[in-house]
Amino acid sequence: MNSRAPVSWSAAWSAAGLLAAIVLPWYALQEGLDSGAWFGGLWSSEDYASALAQVVEHGKWWLAPVLAALMACLAAALVPATRQRRGTLLLIASTTGLLLFVVQALGIGLRGWTAGWLTTMFGELDTRQVGLGAGGAVVLVALLSLLSIGLALRGNFGGDAFVAGAVTTVAASIVLFTAWPILRILVQAFQDGDGLLAPALLVERLATEKIWSLRCLSGGGRCGVAWNTLFLALGCGAGTTALGLAFALIVTRTSFGFKKTLRVLTVLPIVTPPFVIGLALILVFGRSGLVNQFLEWSMGIEPTRWIYGFQGVFLAQLFAFTPVAFLVLIGVVEGVSPTLEEASQTLRADRWATFATVSLPLMRPGLANAFLVGFIESIADFGNPIVLGGDYGVLSTEIYFAVVGAQLDYGRAASLALLLLVFALGAFFLQRRIVGTGSYATISGKGDSGLPTPLPDAARRAAAWVALPWAAFTLILYGFAFVGGFVKVWGRDYTPTLDHYAKAFAVERTADGLIWTGAAWNSFWTTLKLAAIAAPLTAALGLIAAWLLVRQRFTGRGTLEFATMLSFAVPGTVIGVAYVFAFNVPPIEITGTAMIIVLCFIFRNMPVGVRAGMAAMSQIDRSLDEASLTLRGRAPQTLVYVVLPLLRPAIVGALVYGFVRAVTTVSAVVFLVTAEYELATTYIILRVINGDYGLAIAYSCALIVLMLAVILLIQFAVGDRRLGRRAIALRGGRA
Amino acid sequence: MRLATIVLGALVLASPASAQGVVNVYCSVQVEWCTLAANEFQKASGIKVSMSQKGSGETIAQLKAEAQNPKGDVWFGGTGDPHLQAAEEGLTEAYKSPRLADLHPWAVKQNTDSGGKTVGIYAGALGFGFNTELLAKKNVKAPACWADLLKPEFKAEIQMANPNSSGTAYVAIATLVQLMGEEEAFKYLKKMHANINAYTRSGTAPMKAVARGETMVSISFVHDGVTEALAGFPVKTATPCEGTGYEIGSMSLIKGARNLPNAKKFYDWALTPDAQKLGAQAKQFQVPSNKATPLPPEAPKFSDMKLIDYDQAKYGKSAERKRLIARWDSEVGTLPKP
Repeated sequence: MNSRAPVSWSAAWSAAGLLAAIVLPWYALQEGLDSGAWFGGLWSSEDYASALAQVVEHGKWWLAPVLAALMACLAAALVPATRQRRGTLLLIASTTGLLLFVVQALGIGLRGWTAGWLTTMFGELDTRQVGLGAGGAVVLVALLSLLSIGLALRGNFGGDAFVAGAVTTVAASIVLFTAWPILRILVQAFQDGDGLLAPALLVERLATEKIWSLRCLSGGGRCGVAWNTLFLALGCGAGTTALGLAFALIVTRTSFGFKKTLRVLTVLPIVTPPFVIGLALILVFGRSGLVNQFLEWSMGIEPTRWIYGFQGVFLAQLFAFTPVAFLVLIGVVEGVSPTLEEASQTLRADRWATFATVSLPLMRPGLANAFLVGFIESIADFGNPIVLGGDYGVLSTEIYFAVVGAQLDYGRAASLALLLLVFALGAFFLQRRIVGTGSYATISGKGDSGLPTPLPDAARRAAAWVALPWAAFTLILYGFAFVGGFVKVWGRDYTPTLDHYAKAFAVERTADGLIWTGAAWNSFWTTLKLAAIAAPLTAALGLIAAWLLVRQRFTGRGTLEFATMLSFAVPGTVIGVAYVFAFNVPPIEITGTAMIIVLCFIFRNMPVGVRAGMAAMSQIDRSLDEASLTLRGRAPQTLVYVVLPLLRPAIVGALVYGFVRAVTTVSAVVFLVTAEYELATTYIILRVINGDYGLAIAYSCALIVLMLAVILLIQFAVGDRRLGRRAIALRGGRA
Repeated sequence: MRLATIVLGALVLASPASAQGVVNVYCSVQVEWCTLAANEFQKASGIKVSMSQKGSGETIAQLKAEAQNPKGDVWFGGTGDPHLQAAEEGLTEAYKSPRLADLHPWAVKQNTDSGGKTVGIYAGALGFGFNTELLAKKNVKAPACWADLLKPEFKAEIQMANPNSSGTAYVAIATLVQLMGEEEAFKYLKKMHANINAYTRSGTAPMKAVARGETMVSISFVHDGVTEALAGFPVKTATPCEGTGYEIGSMSLIKGARNLPNAKKFYDWALTPDAQKLGAQAKQFQVPSNKATPLPPEAPKFSDMKLIDYDQAKYGKSAERKRLIARWDSEVGTLPKP
């Protein structure tokens, strides 16, 4: 890329923005762009008119300054000027344009001015505006691109327009689709029922015994939901990290024979739609479950309800989130360089000392990340506490019921959500403290062909003793769930039947071809389509964000890192309601569309991509990037040819996670689905609520098979990372 | 360019514009019932129904969030309290259906209580569900009265929902308050606490727990028990001998509905016997509000029960509700586990 390139790019973006302002409808169309009806009314119809026509013909004068700013950008791109000067001009013009854009979009809504003081200041407005359409979107993107080019020309971001553009894209999208909706709902924590500001209410809402009581420790009574949530999250974070590490070590560092099986097994819980594990656990450990029945029959032990409460939720969360920890850790464990371990052994350290003082510390970022993910997954988890919690309340269920239950108190929900965010924040900063500023880079360009040291026996045995029974246990649970789809009434009538599958997935052959008559097809195809759109976008955005956070130095990096984690920490229900609040009214009016579901998927699941990418990237030595830069590779080339191939495990992780979570999410999309865009999980939940477990399980099994197929496909398409190392010596594990 | 215009024009013509238009229904009854209602109304009127099924709590949350720009037209079904609350908060529109005269008095009263903003479409009585196998195994007699629930043989065998999250549990508390007076009712609830094994978050969970043998007795709506029994579980129900309260499943027109005329057509249709028969077809056994609707044989009959004169207007008010729930919370909900 030569030094003129940013200049021509800036001209191109200005032109694109202006073109869109002339030939695309500025506002969203009721029937969507693809109907084509807008084409004839681009000038004359107020609904279909482009920005230019809106200004000239329809009295939307407030759009004119935005267009003027775009024109100023074009001028700045074309006049002869020094690099520095051009950058400054572009920066000024595009920032002004963006500000004007935001002000008009927020200031004028469906009923004219959006705030009372605007009306008193400017008088009644006799016109209004609906949500932004294609024209508005292109102009917004153009202005953002021009801003980043301007910054790069002035020498920010190392003068690299690509880096500047990436930062702007990530930041702007997070602001729009995470920060803005969450802020909108959190503001309610400070408002009373009529929407008036009352900060004291927050204290009143939070300082109650229901939240902070510690009576469960002293014996009598229950603990507050805040403590419940914390205990559970700490346990879950520690438990999943330990289990995940055990699995990762077994898969990478031993000669264990069924690694492939183990890998699939660890992935199983993650591809399981929610409620299935909970139901299977009840069937095995519930009062009428197998274990209790057997104990009563064999030893006359009175069946108990121990599964309902902390124990049950904890167990279910371990099942559900260990795979996530495994996915985060596997890349890290694989990445620890054997060279250092060999060096340690050359210095006469035994295998245990090597493991404890070299390998384990090198895994620290991975362990901290896994813990953080486990912790946050646990506090945001909704499905397991609702099925198994009994009266063990946690914040996420408490928030859900504050919104949808008998109280209907958004203020309380928002206050609790705020508390949840504080917990997530705490974990986040703690994780930063633990990882600290040390270097964990072990994949460098230098010769790196040592043998990975086999695990010391004690560690190997411990890992095996933890991981293998767990794996067996998982198999049993899944066996149950699987059988449940083939019997008449799960838990009652075990007559084998195929009815449930027929009801869900029937296909009839008629003269006109196949007719998909099954009850599940509609939601099945919608889910598949939306998840397939969301997954690559989720992974791409997540990994770009990770790359920026690890590899680039810029102001506001810490803020960006925190912002990427934001949507992860807030429970799905809150996100769902926040999305409806924020995107049901202009400027972005997308409720009831498929787009809002896809956006929700992307911004909810991106954080794991970011964490996995960051963990993997902090292991890759910066010297590799520098080598690429020395060879005149610019940032994009370095990213594509050097960093990405080394990140394959992280890419697989992010893609898989993006897809799987899109297929299995419930709470976040409950408010977003419509009859037209119904999702598999919401359909399954309805069956569960209705007591139709057979169909729910049959459908869940079908989804599991689908997701496993997709995972294999992704693994196959992305491939493995090839580190220049010799294959692990098989005898090592047994030695 | 010209070709593009022609293609686009053809596309426009090709998209079938439904002559009768559409109606967006938020549906808070079981999904089979929702689908049946949508299909049958579509057949009867030619109006396309866009149906979205959500619980009544979720629906009112959505109505609130969408208040500035409503996306739904009618809210069909779900327990009456959220409908009354929506009426109180001005989220729904008053409408006097010509069918009002055909309805049971309780359904009409729901309409007058809310200033015309909601109407009863079905009613279901509160009662007990119990697992017959567990009762037989422990050799315990099935509960028939509220007083029975205090007996020691039910220690840690009863489930009811938490009124903080469940409308069902609130109906139970309001029933007891109306039956015994507030002080006595809370004394009763405190005594019963010793026999409760969990206050579940959802109102239907206790009945499901009874069906799966996870608890012996539940405090639930009795028609939910019929559904479980038909699914093959050993569940039976009873309504308390002292008298019991009931919910009125309701329907409201959403304020600012985009398809108001169609919404009214749906509303009128939903009050006809033809529409109300669909509940039983979908295996839901509440009592329909149109007097002419035949009652399915499996349905618990109001004539066999002792119903109290449940004051929906008083106990449906948010303030009263908040007060009673707060009292339950501080006096019963926080008691140590027995």
